[in-house]
Amino acid sequence: MKVTEKDVAYVAELSNLELTAEERSGMLRDLNSILEYIDCLNELDTSDVPPMAQVSDRYGVDKSKQGSERFAYASREDVIEGLRKSLPHTEALANAPDADEDFFRVPKVIER
Amino acid sequence: MDLASLTIDAARSAVQERKTTALALAEAHYARIQKEDGQIGAFLTLSKERALEQADRMDRMAAEGKPLPPLGGVPVGIKDVMSTRGLRTTAGSKILENYVPPYDCTAVARMEAAGAVVLGKMNCDEFAMGSSNENSAYRPVRNPRDLTRVPGGSSGGSAAAVAADMAVVTLGSDTGGSIRQPASFCGIVGLMPTYGRVSRYGLIAFASSLDHIGPLAKTVKDAAIVLRTISGRDPMDATSADVPVPDYVAELEKPIRGMKLGVAKEYFGEGLDDEVRHAVEAAIDKLKAFGCEIVPVSLPHTPYAIPTYYLIATAEASANLARYDGVRYTVRARDVKTLSEMYRRSRNEGFGAEVKRRIMLGTYALSAGYYDAYYLKAQKVRTLLTRDFDEAFRKVDAIVTPTSPTAAFRLGEKSNDPLSMYLADIYTVTADLAGIPGISIPCGETKEKLPIGLQILGRHFDEGTILRVAHAFEQAT
Repeated sequence: MKVTEKDVAYVAELSNLELTAEERSGMLRDLNSILEYIDCLNELDTSDVPPMAQVSDRYGVDKSKQGSERFAYASREDVIEGLRKSLPHTEALANAPDADEDFFRVPKVIER
Repeated sequence: MDLASLTIDAARSAVQERKTTALALAEAHYARIQKEDGQIGAFLTLSKERALEQADRMDRMAAEGKPLPPLGGVPVGIKDVMSTRGLRTTAGSKILENYVPPYDCTAVARMEAAGAVVLGKMNCDEFAMGSSNENSAYRPVRNPRDLTRVPGGSSGGSAAAVAADMAVVTLGSDTGGSIRQPASFCGIVGLMPTYGRVSRYGLIAFASSLDHIGPLAKTVKDAAIVLRTISGRDPMDATSADVPVPDYVAELEKPIRGMKLGVAKEYFGEGLDDEVRHAVEAAIDKLKAFGCEIVPVSLPHTPYAIPTYYLIATAEASANLARYDGVRYTVRARDVKTLSEMYRRSRNEGFGAEVKRRIMLGTYALSAGYYDAYYLKAQKVRTLLTRDFDEAFRKVDAIVTPTSPTAAFRLGEKSNDPLSMYLADIYTVTADLAGIPGISIPCGETKEKLPIGLQILGRHFDEGTILRVAHAFEQAT
């Protein structure tokens, strides 16, 4: 067993999930079975292999350029109204479960 | 009207030549949906008003004798992970039950600008996480070829709608196989373009470095027409590539004689169903008879693709799904007293079991003490998997494989065993990790009349070649 009940509780807290007792035991079983399978990655020696976070820096870019220079085509001036006008407040707040005219409303953040 | 044989060109020219109207085409599809979709479940939301308005616009153009755009009057469906302005978009999740986006996904906007008539939003696994469409928070989708079986996932609704003639083409998304595997299970064509070929702007994010939008269609040509429509640089997505878009339809007619096709033994090993193996081997023989040279290639890291994928995809998902916190997107738990209680209870009530499982796995893989062992390790193996393809594509123009190790399985068959469900994607995930394009086309049936899919993988930005091979195969079968 790689993952313990304590780990499940800790990761649920990091994930902002409140799992029921039943969900916690299912999660314990599933995570252990998946991680056990994932362990086969350790058969590979990757000490000299660079990590790959994304595809975009490898293909379809000017290979003579380095780093962010490769993406110069994607940059633009930093202006107030850029590619699209900002949404008006009514539209931006339209999907909020609770809002006033200007802000999202949430329960009190700091208890006194 | 025979909807079954209706392709993009057939629909568009019928409207153009006033043999029918776009309005009548849309209504005929809605009638078909009314009749069939009760038992299939491909649509989550219908957008009749939007569809009829667009149809009317196309009919007026045709009446005035103006040439219709490439998708003029063609009824289409959009997977419910793509944002549509003013039209409910749920991602198959309860947590977005009433979410109405304030803007359109670029791919959808490009389809509509090309004249497509959006009939509605297609059912899918919650946040595109699944291989059977049983993870939809609303209802599972059933395979039109056999209602006791799954249509595949996560774009199960998109595939089923095309297979059951409820839409001419649909858009789906592919993060680990979610376009190609359901296309294979439903007996249609499904294309995942190169990463960066199609803008992801407005696609509800699952795993940002792996998410692709692409078409599901009845024919290879229809897939090519849609790809030509939705491809190309979009300033709203920094990862959309600044690479010219060729005329994919013109590419189809080029000969395939002399082309080198790779066959990798790693895609024909343990776990591959015998009937699928025979059908795919027969397809390879046929391609050889067309004058292609069949070349053995090795993709030695293939067995490590699934574990790599389930670390990277879940890690990215755990970050992307942090935004569903009960503040902005319609759903908040009732009677919460504190902020953290609001976060936790809203998420716990709003997310389904598989989504929670992946958030947990991804968070674990990224957490202090495990980052190097899991997430970083997976990123390194991703490099190895990509190098495998780099190496193979030095020798061959495309690689042919089965799309899925089996034909469509039964509802409930794998739903209690997440690992066995994950293995349904064993032949598709590697292309997502490497960012290369892949297409699935029908290549026969099992004894039980279930469709079998042939997958063709290509070099980055070389959709033209795989479409060409697929088209040649399709024309001969």
